[in-house]
Amino acid sequence: MTSINVNGKVHDLGDVPDDTPLLWVLRDQLGLTGTKYGCGIAECGICTVHLDGVAVQSCITQLSEVGDSKVTTIEGLSEDGSHPVQKAWKEHGVPQCGYCQVGQMMMAAAMLESNHDPSDDDIDSEMWNICRCGTYPRIRAAIKTAAKEMQTR
Amino acid sequence: MNAPSKTRNGISRRGFLAAASAGSLVLMAKVTDGQDVVVVGATKANLESFDPDLFVSIAPDGVVSILAHRSEMGTGIRTSLPRIVADELEADWARVEIVQAIGDKRLGDQNTDGSNSIRFFFDRMRIAGATARTMLERAAAQQWDVAADQCHGDNHRVVHSGSDRAIGYGELVSIAKTLDVPAADELKLKPASKFRYIGKDAPITDMDAILTGKAIYGIDARMENQLYAVIARPPVVGAAVKSYDAADAMEIPGVVDVVEIPKFDGAPLFQPLGGIAVCAQSTWAAWQGRDAIDIEWEEGPNANYDTDQFAKTLAESANRPGKAVRNHGDVGKVIAESDNVHRADYTVPHLSHAPMETPCAVADVKTEGDKVVSCVVTAATQNPQAVQQAVGPAMGMKPEDVIVNVTLLGSGFGRKSKPDYCVEAAMLSRKLGRPVHVTWTREDDIHNDYFHTMSHLHLEAAVDEKGKPTAWLARAAYPTIGSTFNPSAKEPAGFEVEMGLTDCPYQIPNLRVEVGQAVAHTRIGWLRSVAHIQQNFAVGSFADELAHRADRDPYEYLLELLGEDRHLDLEAAGLSNRGASATDYPYDIGRLKAVTRRVAERADWQRGKDLPKGRGLGIACCRAFLGYTAHVIEVDISKDGKLRIPKVWVSLDAGLIVSPDRVRAQVEGAAVMATTQARYGKITFKNGRAQQSNYDDYPMVTMSDAPREIIVDLVDSQAAPAGVGETTVPSFAPALCNAIFAATGKRIRDLPLRDHDLSWS
Repeated sequence: MTSINVNGKVHDLGDVPDDTPLLWVLRDQLGLTGTKYGCGIAECGICTVHLDGVAVQSCITQLSEVGDSKVTTIEGLSEDGSHPVQKAWKEHGVPQCGYCQVGQMMMAAAMLESNHDPSDDDIDSEMWNICRCGTYPRIRAAIKTAAKEMQTR
Repeated sequence: MNAPSKTRNGISRRGFLAAASAGSLVLMAKVTDGQDVVVVGATKANLESFDPDLFVSIAPDGVVSILAHRSEMGTGIRTSLPRIVADELEADWARVEIVQAIGDKRLGDQNTDGSNSIRFFFDRMRIAGATARTMLERAAAQQWDVAADQCHGDNHRVVHSGSDRAIGYGELVSIAKTLDVPAADELKLKPASKFRYIGKDAPITDMDAILTGKAIYGIDARMENQLYAVIARPPVVGAAVKSYDAADAMEIPGVVDVVEIPKFDGAPLFQPLGGIAVCAQSTWAAWQGRDAIDIEWEEGPNANYDTDQFAKTLAESANRPGKAVRNHGDVGKVIAESDNVHRADYTVPHLSHAPMETPCAVADVKTEGDKVVSCVVTAATQNPQAVQQAVGPAMGMKPEDVIVNVTLLGSGFGRKSKPDYCVEAAMLSRKLGRPVHVTWTREDDIHNDYFHTMSHLHLEAAVDEKGKPTAWLARAAYPTIGSTFNPSAKEPAGFEVEMGLTDCPYQIPNLRVEVGQAVAHTRIGWLRSVAHIQQNFAVGSFADELAHRADRDPYEYLLELLGEDRHLDLEAAGLSNRGASATDYPYDIGRLKAVTRRVAERADWQRGKDLPKGRGLGIACCRAFLGYTAHVIEVDISKDGKLRIPKVWVSLDAGLIVSPDRVRAQVEGAAVMATTQARYGKITFKNGRAQQSNYDDYPMVTMSDAPREIIVDLVDSQAAPAGVGETTVPSFAPALCNAIFAATGKRIRDLPLRDHDLSWS
């Protein structure tokens, strides 16, 4: 029997094959549909979750690679939408359709944990997620706002 | 989701009326064929007997429910239209609940497409709100025994101007619901100076749900006991399954069944492409099952489709005389007699919508014997009525009996107004006797899109000694969207050429637009800004070419081309004007020139002359979806040809604006999307098969190669509201390519840019 730790809670998964991508375990087995599907080949970043605090693409992360690592999804990023990136995203009115924004925020949150003052070049290279609505200028601005709050934490 | 009356998204008519009959005041604005609005009150004895059209409901506790009947795909429309109602109603936005409508033709147009939502419904929403407010004011007057004109709605209560009395809306419901509904001419609409929400920003209603991952899109929709399906569709449009072997698929844990979906007959319409569906306990099991099926196809005539070859066919078609679709003066004679003629050809490849959320739908079909007795579809759809019209016949039902719940859409761009994927879900649910959720993989999406057409534009102009055109010929060849509905349609349709060609704003004494023949070999669809994409690219680039040929400043030349301030004679030019009246929506060249001047001023256009080689400014303008816009784009190109877009300036005159920040967001987004299309957009076909599969070979711009700064200038206007979502796409690509010419001397006539070497020395 395979189990995984998601957002601080251990889930028994029964006989789910261990080559199943984490994305589909989260969405279909655990009902955590906040994490989205976009490409299945780690090209768009939309399915980004944290594995022990590191941003990974859940669409290419097999269950066997998760092991005892702690998975954090958008549902566990904060209890009430109060993570600095969530607040900054709201302040800057980032979402249009909103579909990719979960992945954008998970990517940004992981980046800001290790880099409290990202430059524009840092943002260019770290934030490679795709947004078809074209919210990039606002994401950039929101990351800078969130960084300021995280610096003072 | 199989109990839609309990959910905010997809609340059923029955659910709403049940709430209403518990004591709410419900108003319904009935949309008649003549587009007039008749408001009827659902306050008489039998609520069920009224047509549930656009409505407002006020509960005794004061909660105002407003129906959102258009689809939310990122424009903010689920917020903006209800705010118009709330404004006229003088409702406190914090006490408004938004209810997503099901598909219902009595609501009027629900096709969230064509940048029409505010234009179509601004007045109707105001009337709905004002009607409710008026009834509450009259109720208060009755309660206080004072004249109604002394009672005024004010922030969720009615106040009496002759005293300090005030009473909350909820407390007035019991009286208000007994009153007659006022006629439209009894209503007093607010003056613009009193607008509380119109023209003011607010977070979109779904903001918190989106930021916490709780927002429900089509891919997240769930019905009890549902299976998940992934489908092997034909590699070529029109191909059919010859034989298949599902043995390996059935071995995969979680796979429940393998079902054939028949190929469509006749025109593609919104019918499924056909293929083999694998239904399983999870998306992943279904996907693996799908990949394990061995299928032999009967490929049919489209298997010969090869876009390298087709490009030559289109070039030939665009370079021989075609059918005139607009003509004044004698272009042929003037060009034949001129010794100064400029000619250029422009091409744009097929494009795919590639919305971030692939097409997804879940359906629950119940049968008795062979007969379908009920069908509920929950989908990310731009057009729930099109879902009804496509699913109904496929289920042997009347369209209006199909219940369609609308989720949020992970963007749409026109793809999700074509409900083939909803029909797939319904067919599978019918066959399996339980709910089935269909997910398209990204590869499914890009292989099987309703593609933006592939085009060739030929332009010619005879110019006088000052370099101004005396005759202008534009000829277009591309497979028409009409071919998706009628396979014998073989040339661009009127509504297509009106997007940039026949609506040419330039003041030229001899002007002719022709179309050439082109046969479609795949499904052709509409993608955000549609034929403007190729046509404004050609027209906007050609104007710049003429300016340079005359050794003129492109901005000043463009203003001269636009000519005198005037209204185009729509009738003489044979323009439909998107069905809008010339009175409310004239084609006003003065407004087009005004946005062009504004953008040039904001970008400090004149400094372009002093920029070093490798840097340059480009300009273009257009009227699209009844709005006026112009772009200036600055490029910075390294010697080895690496393109950066440091700044984009956009001015937009879209008439009155309801939600300025959402308009700005869409204008920013249009610039990013247009950048993707200009830099990378290219779908090719070999052997009838789309050669691209996913975001690795059909790339999108990301943070690093999108414009760094997009400066949006909105014209403050009280003119009738025009389109926004698509309006600022068309002039982007020509402005960008004009900037590239200014920076490098290289003229790009064939998109995308990545096929070109932009290096310079």
